[in-house]
Amino acid sequence: MTATLTRRPDAAANVAAASGRPGAGGRPGLAVGVVVLWLGVVVALPLAALTVASFGEGVGGFVRAATSPGAVAALRTTLLLSAAVAILNAVVGAVIAWVLARDEFPGKRIVDALIDLPFALPTIVTSIVLLSLFGPSSPIGVRLNATPLGVAVALAFVTLPFVVRSVQPVLAELDREAEEAAASLGASNLVTFKTVIWPAIRPAVLGGAALAFARSVGEFGSVALIGGNLPGRTQVASQYIAQRIEIGDPAGAAAVSVTLLAIAALVLVAIRYVTRDRRVTTVASPDRSDSDALTGSRVRLADVNGVSPSAPGLKSGSRDSGGVG
Amino acid sequence: MRLSTPARLTLRTIAIAYLAVLVVLPIATVLTKALGPGLASFWASITTPAAISALNLTLLILAIVVPLNVILGTVAALALVRGRFRGKAVIQTLLDLPFAVSPVVVGVALISLWGASGWFGALAGAGVKIVFAVPGMVLATAFVTVPFVVRELEPVLRELGDDQEQAAATLGATPWQTFWRITLPSIRWGLLYGTLLTISRGLGEYGAVLLVSSNLPGVSQTLTLLVHHRYVDAANAYGAYTAATLLMGLSLVTLLATALLERSRRTA
Repeated sequence: MTATLTRRPDAAANVAAASGRPGAGGRPGLAVGVVVLWLGVVVALPLAALTVASFGEGVGGFVRAATSPGAVAALRTTLLLSAAVAILNAVVGAVIAWVLARDEFPGKRIVDALIDLPFALPTIVTSIVLLSLFGPSSPIGVRLNATPLGVAVALAFVTLPFVVRSVQPVLAELDREAEEAAASLGASNLVTFKTVIWPAIRPAVLGGAALAFARSVGEFGSVALIGGNLPGRTQVASQYIAQRIEIGDPAGAAAVSVTLLAIAALVLVAIRYVTRDRRVTTVASPDRSDSDALTGSRVRLADVNGVSPSAPGLKSGSRDSGGVG
Repeated sequence: MRLSTPARLTLRTIAIAYLAVLVVLPIATVLTKALGPGLASFWASITTPAAISALNLTLLILAIVVPLNVILGTVAALALVRGRFRGKAVIQTLLDLPFAVSPVVVGVALISLWGASGWFGALAGAGVKIVFAVPGMVLATAFVTVPFVVRELEPVLRELGDDQEQAAATLGATPWQTFWRITLPSIRWGLLYGTLLTISRGLGEYGAVLLVSSNLPGVSQTLTLLVHHRYVDAANAYGAYTAATLLMGLSLVTLLATALLERSRRTA
């Protein structure tokens, strides 16, 4: 030990370097510099250029582009369908979560595995998969292509896992003694649900639905083929943006892009408030930190625009999801 | 809360029926349509020159993006967890942004930066094509896959602590030796998992890549663009089904790998 120390008098410096930036060859700041350069070129500069481009013709130009009839129609379609799908998946997702957490039947593991599929499939594959059943050559005679319902089906598919995977762990860990106490005191199932279960799962349901909404608002690939891109009817905001680029209006595309970014940011901020709900802790388990309703679940911010196979258990609650701008 | 048998069966039926209509039946239909005409014609459809070129381009983009984002993601995770420096919040926000941005918006952002009338438009003027060429597609895929490795490694590194790294350094190990012998072996599962997520996401990226590709069959189409092209431009629904099935197969392999990894990690 002493020999080592004499041979390497810079050991103390190594400690600092290793704890500071291992792998950077000990040169202080190099790792940070590389990271900043990487994130700067890949993420920050394009988004900065986008923001500047959206104001290329001044604030007036931005407002004109973002409030043009085509843009407003596309944003309206997007928001209405996203909200409808978020509500649908909040209800059905909670039912599925309940079935997976509390019911037992043969093949339950297969049903559980199916939930992860929508996150794993590339979005364009989703569009083709849905078209094969609900498209022009539908084997069951149901043609939803180029209808708002078709867009809704695509959005429902890609956002299916959000509510299920955020509610399921909460239901599984929910203290059943409170439920049994309520029942033994003569409470009906409806009363037990309203006073015991709903307060416990509410943040997970709302948080999951908000993530589903955020994902829907920016969704492009799964809608691309089945939606039909009909302006004023099925064209969603992302398709409108792509069309602006095709017809050579990058400033208009940038303005609507920034609007879409702002909506996504608002929703993500709202999620933080929803999951901060204080009432959760008192009803669920006292030692459960309230934000765990989402972070402890298998759904993450990553899945909002990420095709990522979600995996149980790996996501430790200590994940620091940071802030979204 | 104890449900009566009819109520329980009703909920179970709703859950299974929803999944059947939304997920199982559509996937079964696409598989039937892609494989129905026989394996030989399926194989022929996914080995046309355009399809092979699309597979090659997808793999080329992944071959550039995955090492880049895995290595830099590891450096970023180490810097964020172990280092002390100002501006961490800015880096954290930049790492979260790709999760919140629509793929189409990524495409528009890249055009705003690298396009002919963008900030670096002079490059395009000098004949260096970034957007509407492969480099733009690489940048688009890099953008959407930036956070995966960092976000997988951060909690692992935090849980690991730096006791062993400090001990190694005290015993005279250089930072490189410490990284290769102590840190890397401890984070290898998380690193592998993050890598699989990066591959999975990169493989399926469509919107961002569509906007910055010249989208020529056999030249600048990835697998996702090939699916789109065959269905829309070539009116070749069968070809779209087969290409989508190939892409679905690749994604399921990645999904299966993550599931196996998860299991081995839990038992390890």
